[in-house]
Amino acid sequence: MKQYDIVVVGGGPAGMAAAVAAYDAGVKSVVILDREPVLGGILMQCVHNGFGLHKFGRELTGPEYAAIYANEVAKREIKVFTETMVTDVSSDKIVTAQNRSGILQIQAKAVILAMGCRERSRGALNICGSRPAGVYSAGTAQKLVNCMGYQVGKRVVILGSGDIGLIMARRMTFEGAKVEAVCEVMPYSGGLTRNIVQCLEDFDIPLYLSTTVVQIHGKKRLEGVTIAQVDENRRTIEETKRYIPCDTLLLSVGLIPENELTRAAGIPIDPITNGALVDENCQTQLPGIFACGNVLQVHDLVDYVSEEAERAGKGAATYISATEAEECHITTKPGNGVRYVLPQVIHNRKEDVSLFFRVTQPFGKVKITASSGETVLAVAKRLKAAPGEMEKITIKAEALQNVCGEIKVELEVL
Amino acid sequence: MTRNLTCIICPRGCSMTADITPDGVKVTGHTCPKGEEYAINECTNPVRTVTATVRVANRENTMVSVKTEAPVPKGEMLNIMALLRKTQIDAPVRIGDVVLSDICGTNIVVTKDIA
Repeated sequence: MKQYDIVVVGGGPAGMAAAVAAYDAGVKSVVILDREPVLGGILMQCVHNGFGLHKFGRELTGPEYAAIYANEVAKREIKVFTETMVTDVSSDKIVTAQNRSGILQIQAKAVILAMGCRERSRGALNICGSRPAGVYSAGTAQKLVNCMGYQVGKRVVILGSGDIGLIMARRMTFEGAKVEAVCEVMPYSGGLTRNIVQCLEDFDIPLYLSTTVVQIHGKKRLEGVTIAQVDENRRTIEETKRYIPCDTLLLSVGLIPENELTRAAGIPIDPITNGALVDENCQTQLPGIFACGNVLQVHDLVDYVSEEAERAGKGAATYISATEAEECHITTKPGNGVRYVLPQVIHNRKEDVSLFFRVTQPFGKVKITASSGETVLAVAKRLKAAPGEMEKITIKAEALQNVCGEIKVELEVL
Repeated sequence: MTRNLTCIICPRGCSMTADITPDGVKVTGHTCPKGEEYAINECTNPVRTVTATVRVANRENTMVSVKTEAPVPKGEMLNIMALLRKTQIDAPVRIGDVVLSDICGTNIVVTKDIA
């Protein structure tokens, strides 16, 4: 069996940033395992720009953002196995993987999980109708178009107005297709405003809110879809049904963190984030196993993935070198207007801790409070808050000193 | 002529109205000077960075991502795309390599290394 101090599962933005941070924190025996032929993960198919504004102060495309971290990995003696699929992570930190040379086993001192997400598919939606060709998840279509050069269709309907759906509306238009409509079942878009303006409004593509696809038509190839408005309980309003002819339906209906390895290792999962329960260093409930990036919580900006992964990398390095006794830990919980809070557990009171969360629905001006019982630990205000944009509130180390128990994050509409 | 615009400068996303007259653009609905500036630019000289792909002729089923080095007039986006669909290059290419030069006053450059 091979031995590495830190094994990173996944070589996307999270895995690369975690490996680099762990190496720079003094752990020189680090390996990244990834199933693709090159590092970069999903960024390699995201040819649009807008990445890196927070982290590097300029607009980069996905492959350019990935290249910055791939270069950082290459500059260090970090071992990389590509075209290598991890099949198991055991609770005693033995990582099993396979590639063309066979089966590989590595005993790690710490493991960083950075597997990212996969897309929700048609099967998860229960759309009735036939099963013709031409129904794709938006990310699959993105890979086919952007990396492999296939034209996936000419008349397109997109279900879901998350960022991938919006980006693909523009991309398909650029490739000569006509995007007939983007339908969103919720009464608001889950995408960034920038994308609604630059991907839909720029090309006069209609966005239908509170609207969904209720039927798929066609035998061999998709011939059209029936769309309809939904009421506040998301039930179809019959009289609003209408037919749109199209040869392609793209589904951008949510991401599922790929936590099969996490679950198999017996690591507790948060039912809201669908990612592991973690502390402020992204350490799961299984000591020595860390999680970061989209496998932990779905992010809207890769810049925040990199930052989270750096915390995980440093945390893993600290875990290897330290044998600190655990002090009374703090748990976090979502209050009014907040869907989840991450990290769910805080161990260390020596440094400021940022709590990341998403709101339950769009709000105007709000006051965000992090409190423990009657004690207010931090307050922040926002002019606007939406579920599509991750929020954070930072609690100063001084404020954490006397907290033992629970911290609640909640919103008050102003 | 009046135009309705959504500001993309910050997450607040102000709904703005721009009155376009021969004397200039009058913006209402903005809550900060940056919003007003954005609205005026959108009405007078809207520009976008075009990001796309170009076929790699000597690799099977392979595209390389490209972009305009500087933003181009919004109205030119689809013309540039039509040009890029007819363009092919040979690998290896590196980030920053010029695919086409002097397109709307800028270059089309590679954004991904292909070995």
